[in-house]
Amino acid sequence: MTAISMPAGSTPARQHSSLDSSMSKARLFRAYLTEAKYETVRMLRTPAFAIPFLGLPALLYLLFGVVIFGAAIRNDAQAGLFIFAAFALFGVMGPGMFGFGMLVANEREHGLLTLKRALPMPSPAYLVAKLLMAIMFAVIVMATMLAVLPLGHIKLSAGQLFAAAAVSILGALPFCAIGLFIGVLTTSRSAPAFVNIIYQVMMHVSGLFYPLPKFLRTIAPVWPTYHLQQLFFSVIGMPSQGSASTHIAVLVVLTLVLTFLAVRRLALKG
Amino acid sequence: MNDTFLAELSEVSKRFGNTVALDQLDLQVRSGELFAVLGPNGAGKTTAISLLLGLQQPDAGTALLFGKSPHEVETRRQIGVMMQEVALAPELRVREQIDLVASYYPSPLSPEAAMELTNTASLAVRPYGKLSGGQKRQVQFAMAIVGRPKLLFLDEPTVGLDVQARELMWVTLRKLVNNGASIVLTTHYLEEAEALADRVAVLAKGRVVASGTVNDLRALVVRKHINCSTTLTVEEIAAWPDVQSATTDKHRLLITVSNAESVLRRLLAADHNLREVEVRSAGLAEAFVELTQETKS
Repeated sequence: MTAISMPAGSTPARQHSSLDSSMSKARLFRAYLTEAKYETVRMLRTPAFAIPFLGLPALLYLLFGVVIFGAAIRNDAQAGLFIFAAFALFGVMGPGMFGFGMLVANEREHGLLTLKRALPMPSPAYLVAKLLMAIMFAVIVMATMLAVLPLGHIKLSAGQLFAAAAVSILGALPFCAIGLFIGVLTTSRSAPAFVNIIYQVMMHVSGLFYPLPKFLRTIAPVWPTYHLQQLFFSVIGMPSQGSASTHIAVLVVLTLVLTFLAVRRLALKG
Repeated sequence: MNDTFLAELSEVSKRFGNTVALDQLDLQVRSGELFAVLGPNGAGKTTAISLLLGLQQPDAGTALLFGKSPHEVETRRQIGVMMQEVALAPELRVREQIDLVASYYPSPLSPEAAMELTNTASLAVRPYGKLSGGQKRQVQFAMAIVGRPKLLFLDEPTVGLDVQARELMWVTLRKLVNNGASIVLTTHYLEEAEALADRVAVLAKGRVVASGTVNDLRALVVRKHINCSTTLTVEEIAAWPDVQSATTDKHRLLITVSNAESVLRRLLAADHNLREVEVRSAGLAEAFVELTQETKS
């Protein structure tokens, strides 16, 4: 039996008064930051998550935008921008949808969320951390996309590039909300299927990758991907449909409504 | 609210569908004690803890933590928690898991200090997912104490630990109590309650069927064992009043009695050669079985 000694000055519960339970703003901020840091670290350490989400967008852009259609794009700048938009938005959708959808379902089911609710974790920190993780992934995706962009003979001003990055990164938010909503309604087994179906359908029938036939075009505004794509087009000087304020309003309302419903259900049922 | 109670359930009832999990349960945890909650599976131990932690709402009655709602994060900053079933992020290293929990508290231990107390320092850089079941429990214990809590909730903390690790946890728990912490512990290891608890509550079917010190509980169940060498026969003694059973083991006789004194007097009178008489209380294990069976019948 090993004898243990208490580290000096580190005795649990020593001389605590009930007033000690208040947290300084600095420590509270640190709690949020630590939660976000470890959420990001753990996803970066999950190759099945990190490699496809971080690597694929730029690789697919290189494949389609440079290798396969590179010659054609020299004569059709808009086609190049279309492919650039497609893979940038594809890149920022995934981490939010899968990160929230699958992790929340899994953590609800396997006790981690329960433990965090019992511990004095500031309750918004759980979602804020995942949100910051998804944004961090979106930032990395956009950085890789911007890095390979010169190979695709696309000419955008610094202002347009900045605006495109901002739209993409903030555009991750509605997909986080969709993922969260799926995550609170499904089990860890069914979540991957639900997330995948919605992810695939949303990409393919919203016109993200190719122009749609007319009957699908009329219902495309149902999908958040459509609104994000149109916003992206408008900031990089492509012809776009609808007004930017409508697209923003749709995305904001969708994000808020799904987040509200999901958070309420999490609070009631865990 | 009595100020001496750190955690309190008052006339709490909780149902899950048609199943009554808790039935007008009263439980109080006092300052500076190690309080063990014992009971068979389905007795309501984990539900009782969940209500005290604010994870579930009682259908009736009140659950208080430090005299306040357990839902308030300020209240929960004074507690540490180790749950029975939890899958922590397997990708995070041990020190990172502990550091994350430490960030929730106003003045926590350093992760290193918590690892030293729980003998997990050698695991610091190991990914949590690569640990054995017992090592995971030790890390969860480190996470429970890192916030320097006044009150620790430990749900079956030593399940899956080897003997050495369990004893180390016991030593640490005693030190924590000696240093002023209070502990609520659920366990089905009765010797754990006997070895550690200042007070024990036995739960069965959502009710407290007995509570008190380990000695109180033993006394509550008056059954005793008399072990002796005698020339009398098993059949003869088994027929006496107050004798519940009598068995023979080589040359010795083991008699289970409800009134040790009267049986002893009769034994001494009937057998002048009576030797090696030993009378002992039924252990808590037996008291526990007896108490919970009464509720079943």
